Amino acid sequence: MTVAPPTARKTSGRAIVRARRRKAVAKVWATYRRSPQGMVGLVVLVVIVVLALAAPLLSSSKGLDVTYTSKNPQFAHPSLKFLFGTDDLGRSVWTLFIWGARISLFVGLAATIIAVGLGAGVGVIAGYAGGRTEAVLMRITEFFLVIPFIPFAVVLASVLHRSLTNIILVIGITSWPGTARLIRAQVLSVKERLYVDRSRALGAGHWHLVSRHILPNVMPLIFANLTLTVPIAILSESTLSFLGLGDPLRISWGVILQNAFQSDAVSLHAWWYYLAPGLGIIFVALAFTMCGRALEEVLDPRLKDI
Amino acid sequence: MSDAPLLELKDLSVTYRTRSGDAPVVRGVNLELRGARTLGLAGESGCGKTTLANAILRLLPPSTRVEGQVLLEGEDVYTMPPGRLRAVRWSEMAVIFQGALHSLNPVQKINKQIGEAIDLHHAAPRGATRQRVGELLEQVGLPARRGNEYPHQLSGGQRQRVMIAMALACDPAVLIADEPTTALDVMVQAQVLDLLQQLQRERNLAVLFITHDLSVLTSVCERLAVMYAGRIVEEGPSDVVFESPQHPYTRALAAAFPTIGDPTSRMRPSGLEGDPPDPQHLPTGCPFHLRCDVAEEQCRTLDVGLAPAGPDRLAACVKVGSPAAAGNP
Amino acid sequence: MSLRFVGRKVVGSILSLIAVIIFNFFLFRIVKSDPVGSLLRGRNVPPDVKARLRHQFGLDKSKIDQFWLYMRQTARGNLGVSIQSGRPVTEDIGNSLWPTIWLVGLSTVLSTIIGLLMGIKSAWQRNSWFDRLSTGVSMFTYATPDFFLGILLLAFFAFTLKLLPTGGIESPTGSTGGISHLIDQAKHLALPCLTLTIGYMGEYAIVMRSSLLEVMGEDFLKVARARGLRDALVRRRHAVPNAMLPTVTLVTLNLGFVLSGAIAVETVFSWPGLGQLTETAVHNQDFPLLQGLFLIFTAAVILANLVSDLLYGYLDPRVRVG
Repeated sequence: MTVAPPTARKTSGRAIVRARRRKAVAKVWATYRRSPQGMVGLVVLVVIVVLALAAPLLSSSKGLDVTYTSKNPQFAHPSLKFLFGTDDLGRSVWTLFIWGARISLFVGLAATIIAVGLGAGVGVIAGYAGGRTEAVLMRITEFFLVIPFIPFAVVLASVLHRSLTNIILVIGITSWPGTARLIRAQVLSVKERLYVDRSRALGAGHWHLVSRHILPNVMPLIFANLTLTVPIAILSESTLSFLGLGDPLRISWGVILQNAFQSDAVSLHAWWYYLAPGLGIIFVALAFTMCGRALEEVLDPRLKDI
Repeated sequence: MSDAPLLELKDLSVTYRTRSGDAPVVRGVNLELRGARTLGLAGESGCGKTTLANAILRLLPPSTRVEGQVLLEGEDVYTMPPGRLRAVRWSEMAVIFQGALHSLNPVQKINKQIGEAIDLHHAAPRGATRQRVGELLEQVGLPARRGNEYPHQLSGGQRQRVMIAMALACDPAVLIADEPTTALDVMVQAQVLDLLQQLQRERNLAVLFITHDLSVLTSVCERLAVMYAGRIVEEGPSDVVFESPQHPYTRALAAAFPTIGDPTSRMRPSGLEGDPPDPQHLPTGCPFHLRCDVAEEQCRTLDVGLAPAGPDRLAACVKVGSPAAAGNP
Repeated sequence: MSLRFVGRKVVGSILSLIAVIIFNFFLFRIVKSDPVGSLLRGRNVPPDVKARLRHQFGLDKSKIDQFWLYMRQTARGNLGVSIQSGRPVTEDIGNSLWPTIWLVGLSTVLSTIIGLLMGIKSAWQRNSWFDRLSTGVSMFTYATPDFFLGILLLAFFAFTLKLLPTGGIESPTGSTGGISHLIDQAKHLALPCLTLTIGYMGEYAIVMRSSLLEVMGEDFLKVARARGLRDALVRRRHAVPNAMLPTVTLVTLNLGFVLSGAIAVETVFSWPGLGQLTETAVHNQDFPLLQGLFLIFTAAVILANLVSDLLYGYLDPRVRVG
């Protein structure tokens, strides 16, 4: 029987933790797979993401350019040629739909990453640092909690120019406080646990405590919160675009809805024009919500019975 | 005071229906409680005693299957029509649970909660409810004005007194106390126990006292029953059972808790290894044999029931009757 | 509920309001240091007219002077003059306030009642067909943008069925007073109100359901039943009041956001409220009006927060410490 060399033993500690983490993730996935709403949500999401990514393959972006579509019939019903019909400028609504999906999803994800990143950062620092830092950070958080996002977006859009970046910024800035409060509460409860004290007694530094003990316990919550924030971001983007505050150069589902409304598609009974983007928003938001709820159930089994 | 038992559990079984199968938490329990008498029920957490307490007043969730009978003065609680059941509840039988903070509605004043029971059962003449609540509070050692407060404004011991006052509001004949002092610190425990004993004597209450602390039961109850894995494994007069237990589990329980006031008991090694069995995966034969220090070969296959183990005593062990049962191998 | 508790909350709200007012000032000046210049950019306006406009809006003073002028004016209730209409901002907002309050108020009452009832029944009969249906509907409406719902309802009821008007607050032909006027207004209110009601009731139903389910696990309900209380009374007297706490505070909190959230729905139905005012203000780059609107919308949220906190303190005695 060979004896393992001492160096192998030193690295195996970290390897054990990593293996344990991998097993935990596998277990989470196995439990998640058993949730019907989680799987349905995931499938829908994958389909839409694939559609969005494959947009250049499915329909040339030239279809968005009015100069190329002037020969097309306006407000055409859905047919084999135009799957989702055409809009008031002869553009294929199907083309608009899949290209719009890219922007809607992109804005939704980008804004969420900013919101959750900022929120989680503030939450972890506030919860861990405590004292003055926590008080100041929570005051700032409470301040941003009272800013309603439509008026804020309205103001920013009029003061600055309208662009994708600004939309993402607005949604991110108005959404982070919710995450911050949630994460801070979790950090506080993690801090209570004994092993953080023990670790400190062993002389562990702040960074070690945060990265090795606090973050791993907070990550699941951050992830679940992320999944539930995306639909809010997507809905917010669609509302802002509908109100004309979006990037005038880009097509998103909200922009399609705005165009549809302003070109009187409603009174002209061109239902395909507004139904496609609207249903797209609903399905994506629903899918993310379902995944988020399934994830929450996995992380907190008590919720499964509720 | 008639000689027929006031409360009788006949072959009572409670099975929880879960997604992963049935869990028989209470299996064929027979108990008798006579008027103005005290019976203690002891066992570790998980042995089914709280389920039993809930079962007596039919407070179990709908996903449970109950077999057997719960006879209150000969009437089966489980065949009572709902109106009769509601009338019987509290006015003839009342319950005190562990953890009074969660047993009280946090957004209602104490007065209102106790008063609700009184009004429901017409236990006081109209308009005199408030007065009666005040009297009850004073009987449990609380000033009447505390009734105007909310549960979170009282201490643990005070809340438990409120629960006792509430339980007595309609002058029941039977009181079931499920771990009434477990969540309290030792000093308050002793006070509440004294109060319970005093009230029991004054009102001739029949009390079923459920706890995991055997030493408490010996001072409060006349008779004692020990529960393990959903079954009664020993029963008899409490002092006799405590001093010379016939079942190995009872022996272990008795050793685990030092008698308050007895310095030598603190020196005895305590604690039983292992955990109580999972109702869904009960061991073969005697459910205790895996943790038993005098288990034999036959204990693995023989599931022995209660048998006479002395005058007015029962125990469910193969060693009952033999000198070995007293703990001498 | 002690005066100290109320006082503390009110003071907190006032401080928040002041912070917002200051924030509002800098918000409009982060990039455009010369709003008049950007407003009139591209137009052929003589420089002295521009100078006069700048003076009118106090833009020729130093930043600090502007700030104090702004603070003093706001404290006195003067939110400036609208560029497009020439009227004081407060007057413009005042004119548009009532239609929005009507719409938001009525739909909040309806969505709260319906949502609460749905949630209560769902929780009490967990996993029944009703529960599953209502949770499904709630999740669906939560994922639907409210303006899209408005478009669908508009298309169906106004254009296809031709049952209800297509927009506005009353018929342009102006009906004679009395009952017919009321019916006319009610018809116009119906669709936007229905849109907002459906949009929010799902969320309230879900919250009420989960909070009632949490309460249902509590021991004190079992003790209430042990006291001989009927199921319906246990629910009504003990379970629901406790479960209402988070729901009521959510509804009240939401009120502040619904006010500005209704902007999109107002646009769909051409409802002459704050939403429409905001639209025209954006279109005309009317900064004073936009500034005033931002203040009003944010103040609504702060006020809703305050009412929600006080309401919670009133309903839950455990919170009223100090």
